[in-house]
Formats: sequence, C-alpha cells, structure tokens
Amino acid sequence: MGLFSFLKNKFSKKEEAKSEELSSYEKGLEKSRKNFASRLDALSKRYAKADGEYFEELETILIESDVGVGLSIRLIEQLMEEADNDGVTDPKTINEKLVDAMFVDYATKGDSIENEIRFAKVGPTVLLVCGVNGVGKTTSIAKLAYRYKNQGKKVALVAGDTFRAGAVEQLGVWADRLSIPLIKGKENGDPASVAFDGAKFAVENKIDLLIVDTAGRLQNKTNLMQELAKISRVLSKEIPEAPHETFLIIDATTGQNGVLQAKAFKEVTPVTGIVITKMDGTSKGGIILSIRDELGVPVRFIGLGEKMEDLREFDLDKYLYGLLLGEVS
Amino acid sequence: MAFESLSDRFSNIFKKMRGEARLSEKNMADMLREIRVALLEADVNFKVVKAFIEDVKEKALGQDVYSKVNPSQMVVKIVHDEIQELLGEENAGINFVKGLTTIMLVGLQGTGKTTSAGKLAYQFIHKLNKKTMVAALDVYRPGAIEQLETVVANAGANFFSMGNKENPVNIAKAAQRKAMEEGMDVLILDTAGRLQIDEGLMDELKKINHEVHPDEVLLLVDAASGQDAVNVANAFNADLRLSGLIMSRLDGDARGGAALSIKYLTGLPIKYVGVGEKVSELEPFYPDRMADRILGMGDVVTLVEKAKEAIDEKQAEKDAKKMMDGEFTLEDMLRQMKQIQKIGSIGFIAKMIPGMPKLTDEQKEHAEKEMKVFEAIINSMTPYERRHPEVLRFSHKNRIAKGCGKTNADINRVLRRFEQSKAMMKQMKQYQKSGKMPPGMGGFGGFGR
Repeated sequence: MGLFSFLKNKFSKKEEAKSEELSSYEKGLEKSRKNFASRLDALSKRYAKADGEYFEELETILIESDVGVGLSIRLIEQLMEEADNDGVTDPKTINEKLVDAMFVDYATKGDSIENEIRFAKVGPTVLLVCGVNGVGKTTSIAKLAYRYKNQGKKVALVAGDTFRAGAVEQLGVWADRLSIPLIKGKENGDPASVAFDGAKFAVENKIDLLIVDTAGRLQNKTNLMQELAKISRVLSKEIPEAPHETFLIIDATTGQNGVLQAKAFKEVTPVTGIVITKMDGTSKGGIILSIRDELGVPVRFIGLGEKMEDLREFDLDKYLYGLLLGEVS
Repeated sequence: MAFESLSDRFSNIFKKMRGEARLSEKNMADMLREIRVALLEADVNFKVVKAFIEDVKEKALGQDVYSKVNPSQMVVKIVHDEIQELLGEENAGINFVKGLTTIMLVGLQGTGKTTSAGKLAYQFIHKLNKKTMVAALDVYRPGAIEQLETVVANAGANFFSMGNKENPVNIAKAAQRKAMEEGMDVLILDTAGRLQIDEGLMDELKKINHEVHPDEVLLLVDAASGQDAVNVANAFNADLRLSGLIMSRLDGDARGGAALSIKYLTGLPIKYVGVGEKVSELEPFYPDRMADRILGMGDVVTLVEKAKEAIDEKQAEKDAKKMMDGEFTLEDMLRQMKQIQKIGSIGFIAKMIPGMPKLTDEQKEHAEKEMKVFEAIINSMTPYERRHPEVLRFSHKNRIAKGCGKTNADINRVLRRFEQSKAMMKQMKQYQKSGKMPPGMGGFGGFGR
C-alpha cells in the first residue's frame, strides 16, 4: 500500500480543514451519496461472502453513478482478479479495495495539479470558462470571482456570451453584487473582440484575475468550437501566456456524453481543469472519473449549492469515500 | 472509440460465428451483452436496460429466430422495434382545451426551459395560429426575466412579467387572468429551474399547480442526461403529475437514452424535441428516429429529409441524366461534392447511413480534407478544362498546381477519381437497364437520383 498512501497524501487535502467546512462539503454531497452509500452498506451486510453476484452489484452501483460502462467493467474485472489472487472474500474489504482502485486510477491517469488557480508571476492571470449550454458557467464564474476577491485579488469579468439573451445581464448582476468591473461588448457582437477588450482592460487596470465567460456551445458544432478557439487565441495577443487556465464546466447530471464534451473542448482550447456543478442534487457525477481516465483532465472545483460559498476545492478522497462509503476519512 | 454502434458490435460477433448457420443460446448471450453495453453507453437507465434485455430475450427466443434471415438483422430489428414501441406513439402533441390552454414548463436548472418556452410559443403562433402569452415565473436566477423577454419577442408572443419581487404563485395567477382577459389561446409558464429534492421550491410548484391547474405540465430533459434522469422525472411526476416531456439539445451528439428510460418507467410521452438554438428549432418527436439514435444505427429518415432540403432536385436530376449518359464533367462532380457538404460532413453522412459506418475518425477526416483539395484544384482550372479534362497536359497541370498550391500528384488523383466516378455511372446505367442496383450503391447513389 506504499504507492497508495503516497498518492493519497498527494491528492488529499490537508486534514486540518476546519470541521465546519468539512461538514458543509459533506452536506452538499449528502444527497448524491446517500443512496449510493446506503446501498453499498446494505450490500456488504447482505453478503457474507463476495461472490459473482456481489461483484455484479458493485458494477451496477458504478454504472448507475455515471462512472461509465467501460471504466466500470474494467474496474470490477480488476477487482475480481485481485480479490481472487489475494483470497479476499470479505465484502467490506472488497469495497475498500474498490475505492483504492478508483483512487489509484484517478491519481495515475494524469498530472496532479493544485486545485487553486495558478497565478501568473507578473501581470493579469486569465481564466477562460467554457462548456455546453446550461451547465452553470455564469454561476460558477460568480462563485470563482467571489472566492478570489475574498483572497484579496483584483477580479474582473468579461461578458463573452454575446449570443444568449439575458446572458450579459446575468453576469452584470453578479458583477454588481461583487462590486467588480464587467467588460462587455455589443449584443450579438464578436465574442473574441470582447475578450480582447477584456485582456486590454486587465493589463491597463492591473487586474489580478480576469475571468472570461463564453456562450454555451454543443461540442459537435464545429463553427462554434472554432469561435471558442479564436477567443482563446485572441486573449494571448494581449497577454502572451493567456489563457493561463481554461475551465470546462460539467453538469453532474451529464451521462456518457461528458467524455465527448471534454474531448472536443480539449481539442480547441487548452483545458486545464473541470468544475463539476450541481453536485448538491442526486446525480453522482461519476463521468468525471471517465474523463480523467480517458483524457487526464483533473477536476479542480465542485459546485455544491446555490450560495456563493458553495464552490469548493475538489478533494478526490472525500469525493470517493463520500460517494462509495458514505464516510469522510 | 468509446461509442461503437450496435451494428459494429454485431458485425464483430458475427465474424466470430461465421460458418454457424443459426443462433444458439450462447450467441444470443453474446449479442445481448453487446446490446446491454450499447444501451448503457446511450445513458439508458441500468434498471431499464436489465428489464429491456429480458423482454428482448423472451421475444427473440419465442420467435423463429433460428431460421431464414440473417440472425443479426433479426435481433437488431427486434431490439429496434421494441425500443420504438416503448418510446410510444408518434408526435403526441399538446392537448389544447377550449378557451385558454395553460402549459407549465418545469425541470432542473439549465435544461432549456426558457429557450423551449420561446420555441413552443413560436410553434403555436406560426404553425397553429394560436394567440400565445408567456409568463416569467423565474424570479431567482439573475437575467432570467430579460432572457425570456428577448426570446418571447423573437417568437412574436405576448410577454407577462411582474419583475422578480413578486411570488411566482401570484404571478401565475395574475398571468392567467390577464391571458383570459386578452383572449389568449395559450399561456406558457416559464418556471425557475430547481432540484427535485428542494422541498421549498417543489412546494412552490405544487402551489402553482393547485392554483392555476395547468392543462399540460411538461418536464424538460437534457439529451445528455445520465442515469439519474429517471429519479428526477419520477420526483417531478409524483409532485406535479406531469403530462409529458420535452427533450432538449438533441442537436448535440448525446444518444439520449434518458428518453427511453423515462418513457419506460413513467409512461410519459415525449412531446417535442429541441434541435438547435434558434426559436424555430423545435420538432415533433419521432420514436423510430430516436430508436435508431439510441442504438447508434444512423438516422436514415433525417438524412433523406436533410438531403432533400439541401439539394436542388431539378439540378440533381439533370446531373443524374448527364452522368448516366457519360457527359459527367468535373464541374458536375464538384457541384455534387458541394451538395453533400451542405448536408453535412462526410462523417455525419456515414453515421446516418446504417450500411456504411465503417469509416474511422481518421478516414472521415481524410475524406473531408480530400474534398477541399478537390475543390481547390477544380476551381483553378479553366471552364474548358473542367468540361474536358482529357486535354490536360503536364504544362496545364503545372499551372493549375501553382494556382491552387497543390501538387501534380493531387491533380492526378482528382482525375483518377473522376474517371472512376464516370465508370461507375456507366455501370449504373447498365444495371438500371437490367433493373438491378449494383451492390453497395444504395447509399450515395440516392443523392444523384
């Protein structure tokens, strides 16, 4: 277990997290994991010994959490083999092994990246935010702006969604509430030119963090994806390293299509992380594990509610244990 | 790639069992496992998949699967028909009542309620000639009312709002009064998105339901929804007695298995599907197409319809006649290629035609690049050269190559392809005379007919 504890230390947040924060994380995830955890628990009670049927039920639990068919089948097959080799039949031990296997899979499938935005050494840091329609881009941006404003950063927003009716107003309301500048362009104007204006504004006004909103777009619409690529390119004209971070927002209710979303967005922009939203619902958001498994993109933040404080750093340990075992280690 | 179509999976199974003439219990098991994975990858709920597989097994084993037809076709057809049947009747539209019909839209956040409100209003006004009002009940999300106002204006409907300080229950009541006063035929209530486990907000919907008695309560379901979609639908249905669903974002590439799960477990009909961001992009629901989509079998009907829109039929007829007579020129070939481009990418076309999904992503990309090369080369020729490519000599080719930045080899490839097309056309003509189609010509031949 040397490797495992090493990875765990690397990926788990420091345990001195305030108990208040811990419990709010738990509370947010509660609904997601309730069903899951109680089922897993009931399962291990029902079976004195793990047999083929037991593993099948474990597979069901993974699939029903949207972990993805391929990954679920692979994880369970590995688990069966390992249990067989080690002669383990105790359901509880096998559950633990499953969590470990998922942990290792996530930890080894890509770089470990700190959750917080990595700020540029000098000048403004630009965060580009993208995703399909209705996943909660604008709300997530507001929460991120709130987070970094509270950390003492000078934050500004760019209303890059010039397409959807009400999008600029929506972002404007948040900018007002947070008393931070909003850079906007003409309705139905070119989003790349607004992004360019934003970057210029950020340089001139010594902004620490510039967050660029973009219109929701389905990943199979080539012209819209090209538009996004252009926004990303244009930002670097004013600030060479920009965008320093590109977050893809994924809705926790998303099924298998999430992998295709991540793949397509990664092709046109340098996606550096995922924010998974709406985790306070009953969906488990398991697709993030498939995304990591296939594309190596890490989750950075997790949306656990409608309040400004409800955006948390992603903690793999808590996520898996919460989801699979219903307990925070 | 992650998502093989069911036909791909089956063709692999049948490669293995070549030589065996009939389906065995074991072969059936292999196939059923593939069907299971295909359905799960389409986000059909796990429980539904399980029950569904049992149904199919029973049906298939009870029938004469062991005889005559290609067993794979047989099973695919059983699965397809079963899904289609489960998905329900075609186009279950809105049930309009005498006087004012009130429709309430509900759903999770971000499922497309506001956009769909505008699209429904557009349909009612422009297709059914009904006076329609849309009321803004989302007092929570910033920008929601502004968004609806714009969308409603685009649809040409009346807009009703009391700002974001009033209680949604009161807004709904006032909207209904106003709609009646103004002699509206339809009132659409656009409610705020909410989690089905948010008791406070669910109570609000129950109250609205109780006060205004909507004639239809429609749940918005995103086509990309995962396994949890059935729980959401069940909860909304339990609290509000839904009358149907609208599936949004079917213009994406999600398989939309949630449609099958929800229909299977709740019996609720799918009334409309959203197929784009424009206000006119709402379509009736076609169970047969949805069945194809869930199974990844290609949507032939849609393709044919799209093709019809894109191709000027008269021109196509002329082209076809010319081709058959051997007068086919490079210009004709380019025009045909452009028509195909209008319908969609090659990859898209390949996906839509069940018989030809053998292209890999790389091949598709290659085909599209090739089209661009062809276009550049043909455009660099003189009109005479395009009609009489046999006159092209080395010096001509050098000039053309310079003009379009391609090589002589590229040009030769175009010419070779052209000769092949011409030869194929001739062959087709002979087949046509004898009343048969050459094998494998069903797909693309259809375009130039």
